[in-house]
Amino acid sequence: MTIDELPSPAAAADGTGPVLQMEGISKHFGSVQALTDVDFHVDAGEVVALVGDNGAGKSTLAKVLAGVHPPDAGTIRVSGKTVKFPTPSSAQAAGIATVFQDLALCDNLDVVANLFLGREETSLRVIDEVDMERQAWSLLKQLSAKIPSVRIPMAGLSGGQRQTVAIARSLVGKPRVVMLDEPTAALGVAQTAEVLNLIERLRDDGLAVVLITHNMADVQAVADRVVVLRLGRNSVELAIADATAENLVAAITGAADNVVTARAARRATVKEQA
Amino acid sequence: MTPTSSTSVEPVEPSLPGEPEGPVDLADERLQRGEGLAGALTDFRQRLAGGDLGNVPVILGIIAIAVIFYLEDPTFLSSSNLVNITLSAVPYGIISLGVVVVLLLGEIDLSVGSISGLAASVAAVLYVEQGRSLVLALVIGAGIGIAIGLLYGFIFTRVGVPSFVITLAGLLAFQGLQLQVLGDNGTINIPRDSGLAEFCRTKFLGDTFSYVLVVVIAGAYGATRLLLIRNRRAAGLSAPSTSLVVLKTAAILGGLGYLTYYLNIGRGWGYSVVFFSGLVLLMDIVFRRTRWGRHLVAVGGNVEAARRAGIKVDRMYVSAFALTGFFAALGGLMFMGKLTSVSQASGSRDVNLTAIAAAVIGGTSLFGGRGSAYSSMLGVIVLVAITSGLNRIGVDSSVRYIVTGAVLLLAVSIDSLARRTRATRGRG
Repeated sequence: MTIDELPSPAAAADGTGPVLQMEGISKHFGSVQALTDVDFHVDAGEVVALVGDNGAGKSTLAKVLAGVHPPDAGTIRVSGKTVKFPTPSSAQAAGIATVFQDLALCDNLDVVANLFLGREETSLRVIDEVDMERQAWSLLKQLSAKIPSVRIPMAGLSGGQRQTVAIARSLVGKPRVVMLDEPTAALGVAQTAEVLNLIERLRDDGLAVVLITHNMADVQAVADRVVVLRLGRNSVELAIADATAENLVAAITGAADNVVTARAARRATVKEQA
Repeated sequence: MTPTSSTSVEPVEPSLPGEPEGPVDLADERLQRGEGLAGALTDFRQRLAGGDLGNVPVILGIIAIAVIFYLEDPTFLSSSNLVNITLSAVPYGIISLGVVVVLLLGEIDLSVGSISGLAASVAAVLYVEQGRSLVLALVIGAGIGIAIGLLYGFIFTRVGVPSFVITLAGLLAFQGLQLQVLGDNGTINIPRDSGLAEFCRTKFLGDTFSYVLVVVIAGAYGATRLLLIRNRRAAGLSAPSTSLVVLKTAAILGGLGYLTYYLNIGRGWGYSVVFFSGLVLLMDIVFRRTRWGRHLVAVGGNVEAARRAGIKVDRMYVSAFALTGFFAALGGLMFMGKLTSVSQASGSRDVNLTAIAAAVIGGTSLFGGRGSAYSSMLGVIVLVAITSGLNRIGVDSSVRYIVTGAVLLLAVSIDSLARRTRATRGRG
């Protein structure tokens, strides 16, 4: 296996239709219906933002897609082929890479070891460090990632650099879909911009990107399409041109008449009186 | 060991205009790193300052012990005493090597002493009382260690009992089993002319052969390092300077050569000492350069990350406990050969504490994910040397326990402080 080249758009879109299609996904935990008949799809070279309030079902949908929770009903198709994800490794094998919010990195290992963890290259049963390091630099260079050294332990890297390594690691297995769970939640302004650049680069390389986030600024900055979940159902789907802050808030909270608009209206009237 | 295949190494793409020339891994302007000998020294100093102490404290400790006991009694550093120290260290060292395995995983085995005693007892009963062949007795003894380790691994992964508790229970239970196996007799003597006893006591490398071995070891080190330099250069990466490698090879040749000359004044390198050194070397390669070793350290660092990376974590636990059990049993069998007897006291608390303390004193972290095979060797030299020195100046064994306890506390304190420094300096 080599990661010198990211998957090309042609390779990613070998099937007809969307790279990933989920139809009628339902999932319940005990008496709680977390997802009801949810449809979701993402094309190659597209960034889809998955947004929703707390408890809307974003994380459950992400976990279904990552193979953490098998769905109760519904079908998942990758490049037109129906697949089942009973385990995380089966989702990875189907080309779905997930970057979890907690990143899941080993602080005591260096960057190279983390990038290739579980996929080490060996020659004569001995780990081939030289080739792995060469590929690591090649990969980081393609992502224009700024990592000073790949031979320092993860603990020595900043939050943005750690996020970069986690994203780079998801690409080692040549995925078709990359799902990012709150990638900018813990980052500063500059680091957030770097991660958003990275997301655009993934899209330009022809990958399908699913961005799960609470941050409306990030959605408007990089997403092509926004899928809003509300109370475990599809609420609205917006092209990015229509995804103004007001529209998004309305879709997330479920009405034009909500706490946020009420507050805005109240402030407007206060201003008028003044 | 260096990867031997250079076929997969392709030339990297030429650097883009405006980028600094040179190895791709040194391109970042924030990276402070010198070239050549001076650079290597700077690197080393920065690593120490960052809390990445490695084996440095224990090597300083060994030097301090040598100086202190030499001043008390110059015969402490005599050739014959050093040979005795190496021979006594072997069984503890082998058990300690197993302790390093579980410590890397972030777990503990408190029962290594009991496992060693039980394995030796069973082997002694088979070999001496039942007259079976020595090989069969040794294989079954080692097999008992593996079986106990597998049992621990099974209970740990399936039931979820902490390793501290499982092995504490094992400590008691297997000591009891050892008493039952030995029966009323209490002590079984092993013939001094048996292969095992001779291997552990009276077989030594000849003068010529020992020097040949020194040259082979230094040569192998130099050759693998030079091969690494070639491979890294071919891959467009920075490489250590050739002069540094030559210098290090010469240092190994000189140091090991002088040590061999000095020990050869006495009886020289015992077979068992060479065997133990070989095991340490082998385990060092296993820890650093095999997928199993890499996964072991990853689990010790962050279990959840390892699991999500597709590592079969349960299998790592079971195999690690089994390997620890194997080394514990092997150490017990070496004790049997060295002392030419097995008794009810075999593998009691002294063995247990020495083996675990040696791994920690040698620099393997109690917190998991950090350590090396060499720590078992270095730590055990410290403890056995202290024992030998205190015996020579004729102090009571009570003092020895106090000193060993103090050394252990000191070693763990250094580990904890270094951990704090690493956290602030970003070295994991």
